[in-house]
Amino acid sequence: MALLEIKDLHATVGDREILKGINLSVNAGEVHAIMGPNGSGKSTLAQVLAGRELYVVTAGSVTYDGQDLLEMSPEVRAREGIFLAFQYPVEIPGVSNMYFLKAALNTIRKHRGIDELDAMDFLNVVRDKMQIMKMDQTLLNRPVNTGFSGGEKKRNEIFQMAVLEPRLAVLDETDSGLDIDALRVVAAGVNAMRSAERAMIVVTHYQRLLNEIVPDFVHVLADGRIVKSGGKELAVELEAEGYADLYEEPEAVGRV
Amino acid sequence: MTQAPAAEPWMQALRDRAFARFSELGFPTTHNEEWRFTNVAPIARTAFIPVAADTLLACSEAVKELGPGRAEAHLARYAAFDENPFVALNTAFLGNVTVLEIPRGVVIEQPIQITHEVPERPDLGTKLAAHPRTLILVGEGAQCTIVETYKGAGTYFTNAVTEIVVGDRAVVDHYKLQQESLSAFHISTLQAAIGRSATFASHSISLGGALVRNDANATLSEGSDATLNGLYIVNGTQHVDNHTLIDHAMPHGTSHELYKGILDGQAHAVFNGKIIVRKDAQKTDSKQTNKNLVLSDDAVVDTKPELQIFADDVRCTHGATIGQLDAESLFYMQSRGIGKREARRLLTYAFAQDVVDRIKVQSLRDSLERILFEKFHELAE
Repeated sequence: MALLEIKDLHATVGDREILKGINLSVNAGEVHAIMGPNGSGKSTLAQVLAGRELYVVTAGSVTYDGQDLLEMSPEVRAREGIFLAFQYPVEIPGVSNMYFLKAALNTIRKHRGIDELDAMDFLNVVRDKMQIMKMDQTLLNRPVNTGFSGGEKKRNEIFQMAVLEPRLAVLDETDSGLDIDALRVVAAGVNAMRSAERAMIVVTHYQRLLNEIVPDFVHVLADGRIVKSGGKELAVELEAEGYADLYEEPEAVGRV
Repeated sequence: MTQAPAAEPWMQALRDRAFARFSELGFPTTHNEEWRFTNVAPIARTAFIPVAADTLLACSEAVKELGPGRAEAHLARYAAFDENPFVALNTAFLGNVTVLEIPRGVVIEQPIQITHEVPERPDLGTKLAAHPRTLILVGEGAQCTIVETYKGAGTYFTNAVTEIVVGDRAVVDHYKLQQESLSAFHISTLQAAIGRSATFASHSISLGGALVRNDANATLSEGSDATLNGLYIVNGTQHVDNHTLIDHAMPHGTSHELYKGILDGQAHAVFNGKIIVRKDAQKTDSKQTNKNLVLSDDAVVDTKPELQIFADDVRCTHGATIGQLDAESLFYMQSRGIGKREARRLLTYAFAQDVVDRIKVQSLRDSLERILFEKFHELAE
């Protein structure tokens, strides 16, 4: 049985339908890349999987580890092992990174029936993972994402993923706004997390990230549907030919 | 209400003048612009019995407690009772006055703690009114920290007036923790007269009370630095009104104001921040901020800046916000496994954090953090 099974998923925001029948099956151990032009619904899919209430699922089903994912609140999804690395990580002034992450980790541990960590044990857990992400430890004492540079925010997302150890990680445009060095650090952090038990969905606009995080499958999303699927070579093709052919009608001038 | 027992002649004369003035003014109504959003009719129509609050003073020996003789030259010279009826009423009931002096150049490390508690006196009746009065004279170049706490049980009325005279180049850090019972009425006036190149900061934490009005007023001299911060947290049908007045009378003064409020239930909060920059007060630098976090649909905030600027070379900024918990932040926390209720509690706490962080007295900050933690647990329910 697949870890994640998406069937004919439709979702709207306001009265606009964004996802128009997504079918996708992801097994543990696999990395799936989802590519596509802006506005194709990539980020919506990522947010729907994480449980963002802004989007309303109007049809279809999502089964995660044999359970109905759409019935779960966002926090229960996270505790069950789903992690969304945000395209735009949220700044939360007044809550320290350390307090936030410790609260998150302990809630998840409690849910899994593992002892909660005290401050010292927590520090031991995070220290190595910060090093992998080349993050300064002082970031722990700063408010969540507040005053972080774009690169620091993205690294912080992957660092959180490393600490929370999800079973299904959804990375939403983790490469956006990163220079090549920062991209390599982030990709190394992600690659270190690849394992036979863990699945990943990597949402990206560009093939560049997929040179670093090599996917097992590539899917092309256009206008709310997966229009093409293939192996990693599909990403290279897209980079060369662009997304233009995927539309029946020619794109409007100025559209990316 | 009756007058308090006779005292020294000068004090009796002061009381009589104040009582006469109060009789002329009467209780304010909402037709009075200063009281537009705060209806004190529940106080006006209650026959309160005057009583002395239990006042507990804890301070270092270097702080001098003065008798009424020394107080005469200063008492009621700063908190004027010609306009404010509650100051007049307090002055009419002058009795147990706390008068402290920090001598010139003396640095007091330990906070001066003044706690006023309205006692339960079933023998006197159930509706008591206390009029605590405090006068603190801080000498030139002296330094001290003052923590005033107000509390009690049941239905009563606290009508407090505190006058603080900050000598030239002195540094004073003042805190007022209002923890009255949830059925109490609390009216207070703080009047600070700040000397040349002196620094004065007051932090008003307002948690209790059914009907609360705080006036925090500061008059600056040349080169004075004034800070008025506040945090109010109200729920149910609580009403809290914070009026501040910063009077830049002389040049080169700076003032900073940050008032933050958290409202739930059908609570009502009022903020009115008046800043006067007089003709001579060139090079004034003044900043005022009022931020409100509204957790329910029924809570109401009325916020108003009131700038009166008569000098031309000054910088004055002000801003006010009324908002709810940020949906993006809530989702971000939930997506990391933190429950919605806990996420709301954390974000509410985070909102108050920058006012709490400005509290320099560690013990007060610790106890406030505990109080807020418990309070936000209730709010998040």
